[in-house]
Amino acid sequence: MPRLAEAARVQPAAPLTRVEVEDFLYAEAALLDEWRLDEWLALFTEDCTYSVPSTDSPEADPSDTLFLIADDAARLRSRVEQLLGKNTWSENPHARTRRLLSNVRIRKLEGARVWVTANFAVYRLRSNQVGTYVGRYEYVLEHEGARIRIEHRRAILDLESLRDVGKLSFIL
Amino acid sequence: MSLRSSYLDDDSERGLFRVQRGAFLDPDVLVEERARIFERCWLYLGHESEVAEPGAFRMRELGTRKIVFVRGKDRVVRALLNSCTHRGAEVCRERAGNANSFQCFYHGWTFGNDGRLIGVPGDDAYTPAFSREQLRLHEAPRLEAYRGFYFVCFDANAVSLATYLAGATEYLDLVADQSELGMEIVGGTQSYAINANWKLLVENSYDGYHGLITHARYFKYLAGSGAVGTPIGGTVNCARELGNGHAVVEYTAQWGRPIAHWVPSFGEAMAPEIREIRAQLERRLGPERAHRIATTSRNLGVFPNLVINDIMAITVRTFHPLAPGRMNVEAWSLAPRGEASEHRRHRLENFLTFLGPGGFATPDDIEGLESCQRGYATAPDAWNDISRETAASAPTVTGEAQMRAFWRRWQELLAPKVTSLAEARRAAAR
Repeated sequence: MPRLAEAARVQPAAPLTRVEVEDFLYAEAALLDEWRLDEWLALFTEDCTYSVPSTDSPEADPSDTLFLIADDAARLRSRVEQLLGKNTWSENPHARTRRLLSNVRIRKLEGARVWVTANFAVYRLRSNQVGTYVGRYEYVLEHEGARIRIEHRRAILDLESLRDVGKLSFIL
Repeated sequence: MSLRSSYLDDDSERGLFRVQRGAFLDPDVLVEERARIFERCWLYLGHESEVAEPGAFRMRELGTRKIVFVRGKDRVVRALLNSCTHRGAEVCRERAGNANSFQCFYHGWTFGNDGRLIGVPGDDAYTPAFSREQLRLHEAPRLEAYRGFYFVCFDANAVSLATYLAGATEYLDLVADQSELGMEIVGGTQSYAINANWKLLVENSYDGYHGLITHARYFKYLAGSGAVGTPIGGTVNCARELGNGHAVVEYTAQWGRPIAHWVPSFGEAMAPEIREIRAQLERRLGPERAHRIATTSRNLGVFPNLVINDIMAITVRTFHPLAPGRMNVEAWSLAPRGEASEHRRHRLENFLTFLGPGGFATPDDIEGLESCQRGYATAPDAWNDISRETAASAPTVTGEAQMRAFWRRWQELLAPKVTSLAEARRAAAR
C-alpha cells in the first residue's frame, strides 16, 4: 500500500499500463482485420507517420533510404481512401487478413508519450494464397487520460524479401 | 509440353501483331529463353555507386546464378561467381558489405576480394601441379559498364556492351547526365516476386495504355494534390524502338519530377530549389537538353530484363524468371549524388507515391500481371493482341510499338526453335 501511494505522488497522471496498451493494439488490429479503415485512421494524430522499411534496411531512416512505405498524414489518409475505394485492384475484392500480436512491451514513457514495441504475424489470404508477414511494430503513442492516439507506427518486417508475399497492398 | 509451331503472328500487311500465350506458359519456352537469351544477352548487374570503395560487395541473383559484384583492393570491379573452386560451396554468405576476403566455411579456402586464392589449409598435401592461379574464383565471362551501369554476359563472344545497348545509350545518358557528380543508388532494395511470366513485366513497364485505367487511383491522388494538365502524353508523346529489342516511351506527365519539374504538390517551399536545379542543368547542358531531362518522363526497356523508369523518380528494376509463371524482381532508386538531404527525402516520397510493392500503383500492376497469367492458364490456346498503332507514323506512349520491338527481338533470338506464324503463312504461300 505505501508503495502504491508513493507511485501516485510521483506520477499524478497515471502512466499507461501494458494491459491498456495491449487492449488498444488488439482493438486497432481488429479494425484493420475488419477493414474498418476510417475508424482506424481516426486513431492517428494530425502529424502521424506510417512506415515500412525495405527488407534489407530494417533500421534505416526514410529520409535517406528507400522504404516500402513512408506515409505522412496526408498520404496515409489517401491510402485509406484508396483502399476503401473501388479502383485499388490489388485489394478489390479485399483480402482477408488476420493479425496476431504478442510480446507487447512498453520501452519508454515520457510525459504523454509512450514508446511501444510488439511482435506480429499477419496473414493475408487472397486468390487461394496465404502470405505470412512476420516482424515487429514500433509505436509512439500519445495519451490523454484514457484516450490513446498513434503518432508514429512502423512495421519492421523480418522477412528477408517480399518474395514469399509479393506485395504490400494492404495496411500491415 | 514441347514448343508450339508459332508464338508470334507478325502480320505487317494487315497491321496485326499477336503473341501466342504459350510464350508465357510453356516450360520449353523458358528452357530456350535461358539458353538463347539469358546466356547470350548482356544482363544488368549493378551500379558503380554500390561498389564505390575497395572491398565493397553486393550479392546479386541473376536467375539461378549468385554473383558477387565487388570492387577489389586493386580497385577493379569484378563479377565473381559465388562458388568455391574447390568443391563448390558459396564463399560469400552476406547480401552486402565490405570484405578483404571471402572464406569458404566448408574446407576453409580463402579468396581475396580480387578473386585470387590466397589461403588453402594443409596445402602441403598437394602436388606441384596444384595451381592456385587456376583456382581463383570464376568470373562472369564478360563484365562491362556504360555510364556507371555494370552488365555481365555469359557469352564470351558477345558484342561489346556499348554495341549491344545500341540506341538505348541515348536514354542512359539522359539519366547519367542528371548530376555533375554522378548518380548513385540510394540505400534500400525493394525485393519481391510476381507470380507471372517475366515478359509480362517487360510489357507492363512501358505500357502507357494501361496507365489511366489500372492506375486510376494514383491519378485521382495526383489530381487531389493539385496536379493539372494531361495525365500522360501531353506536349511530348512518343514511343521509339532503339535496336536489339530495346525500346523507350518518352512523354510529359502530370507528376512532378525532382529533376526538375515543379508541381503544386511539391509545395511553394521547394520551388526555388527546383528552379536552381533547372538553372544548373541549363548552364551545364544547354537549355534544350536541360528542358528534356527536367520535364519529360521516360520508361526505358533494355532487352531482356532491365527497366529504367525516369518518371516521378528514377527506378532501376531488373527481374529474372524462376518458372514460366514466376519471377523475382529487384528495384532500386537512382538519384543524383550529393543531392541536398531535404530534396532527397522529397524524391524518395515521390518515388513511393507510385512505385514499389507498397506504392499507390505497383501493387495493382502486380495484380494485373498475375491476373493475366491466370487468364493464360484458362485460355492457353488464345493469342494476345499487340496491334495498337501498327499503322501510326509517330507511335505514342499509349501504343504498343515498344512491345513489338521487344517481341521481334525475342523471336529473332529464339529462331529457328520459335517461328512466326506470319512467316509460316508466307512460306506456305510461296
